[in-house]
Amino acid sequence: MEGNIAWVLIATALVLFMTPGLAFFYGGMVRSKNFLAMLMQNYFAIGLLAVLWVLLGASLAFGNLGDGGLLGNFDFVGFKDIGATNANFGAFTGADIPDSLFLTFQMTFAIITPALITGATADRLKFAGYAVFIGLWLILIYSPVAHWAFGGGWIAKMGAFDFAGGLVVHINAGAAALAVLLVIGARKGHGKEPMAPHALPWTMLGTGILWFGWFGFNAGSALGANGVAAQALLNTLIAPAAAMLGWLLIEKIKGKHVTTLGAASGAVTGMVAITPCAGFVGTMPAMIIGFLAGIVCYLALSIKEKFKLDDALDVLAVHLVGGLFGSVALGFFADPAINELVPAGLLIDGGGADLLIDQIVASAAVFAFAFVGSFIIAKAIDATIGLRVDEETEDIGLDQVLHAETAYNNL
Amino acid sequence: MKLITAVVKPFRLDEIKEALKGAGITGITVTEVQGFGRQAGHTEVYRGTEYKVDFVPKVRLELVVEESEVDRIVEVIVNAARTDKIGDGKIWVSEVDRVVRIRTGEQGPDAI
Repeated sequence: MEGNIAWVLIATALVLFMTPGLAFFYGGMVRSKNFLAMLMQNYFAIGLLAVLWVLLGASLAFGNLGDGGLLGNFDFVGFKDIGATNANFGAFTGADIPDSLFLTFQMTFAIITPALITGATADRLKFAGYAVFIGLWLILIYSPVAHWAFGGGWIAKMGAFDFAGGLVVHINAGAAALAVLLVIGARKGHGKEPMAPHALPWTMLGTGILWFGWFGFNAGSALGANGVAAQALLNTLIAPAAAMLGWLLIEKIKGKHVTTLGAASGAVTGMVAITPCAGFVGTMPAMIIGFLAGIVCYLALSIKEKFKLDDALDVLAVHLVGGLFGSVALGFFADPAINELVPAGLLIDGGGADLLIDQIVASAAVFAFAFVGSFIIAKAIDATIGLRVDEETEDIGLDQVLHAETAYNNL
Repeated sequence: MKLITAVVKPFRLDEIKEALKGAGITGITVTEVQGFGRQAGHTEVYRGTEYKVDFVPKVRLELVVEESEVDRIVEVIVNAARTDKIGDGKIWVSEVDRVVRIRTGEQGPDAI
């Protein structure tokens, strides 16, 4: 028991570290005049969402545990009755870690998921609108979807699986990014002015932090120091490694160069795609899932041009497509020899199509709910307090106008 | 007195500085600049999207010399800056009316 607690304590810290990692992963890719605004959006997510999670989000996600339904309840508002024992969640999770630790581990997921959206909307979000958006989004979108898949809601009851957040984190945030993009439109000068990344070394550093933190995200989701955690950790190394190779291979074929941004992007698509599968698939399937995800997500970069969306930092290609790919891939590769909780996937001995169908239904449902819900929230905010800055602010830069600071001081 | 301005490739700066020191020059002013000439820009690729970068980074050197020194110093810079490839840069010489050394108030050639 002590070992399990020790591991999930560490994993919680690892996952929290991913949000600063994401801030720098994204921050290096924006223009220098909006670097601090990007960092702020991500760090602020920790401040606001940690508080909201304790006050309400956690209860809506993990109340009515295992009811097969749509939403939690108000039993754990303010972390009421959440203590050092596993009295509330132990029977459901099968884990012997304190309830306080379980909900804190989950808190770190609730923090980074809305923050993922900031990549799509880079360079043009109004801070007040953003703050209200992620607050409402946590309560109205994240918590319900977390209940469906992690809290024993209808998705879990149906028989679909999500080890660490392919549905709850990546499809959810990706669909929200798509909805918000449709509301706020493209950056001023998009397609005319160059908007190249301002400092890729930050992006490379952020990628390293994300990868490091992702071991907590995936291996921590085993909720114990055990063999499933070990497999999840292994998969979280090998899938992104293979995804980096897949992305670089197609980048070389399609262009002339292999790029640092390509290596970073490829690795992150592997992290995304293996997330729903991490503790459910074997090593070679993880490698295949990663390699294919690198190629599929690279090809998905063209979606934004096809639909004329200014997805500034490719949240759709990386998180939405990567999350969908990984969630569906589980239907092919889930392996009860790795984790007895899952049935065998289509390509595994004794497997059938049942799981694959459930994975597709769950993915489509999360996409539809998150897209429609996020669109309504974004529209409502845009019509009231505003979700996008004015043109002058966009020209001068968000750092100077919104935050009265600049990232780099010259003279 | 003349102002010699040279726009050169950044990686030649050390070579030029040493050559100028060797030629007895006691001071230069250096600025990082961007621009384009016949070399034009280059293309960068981020996630498959190509960006045309029109401005190339260069270093601008400025130094004031006595008129009699101009030809010799220009030659020193040319020899140290030249790589024989496109984009080696340019040097131009212009008239300077007045020079003052701030610390002492010396004027003219004494202030160089």
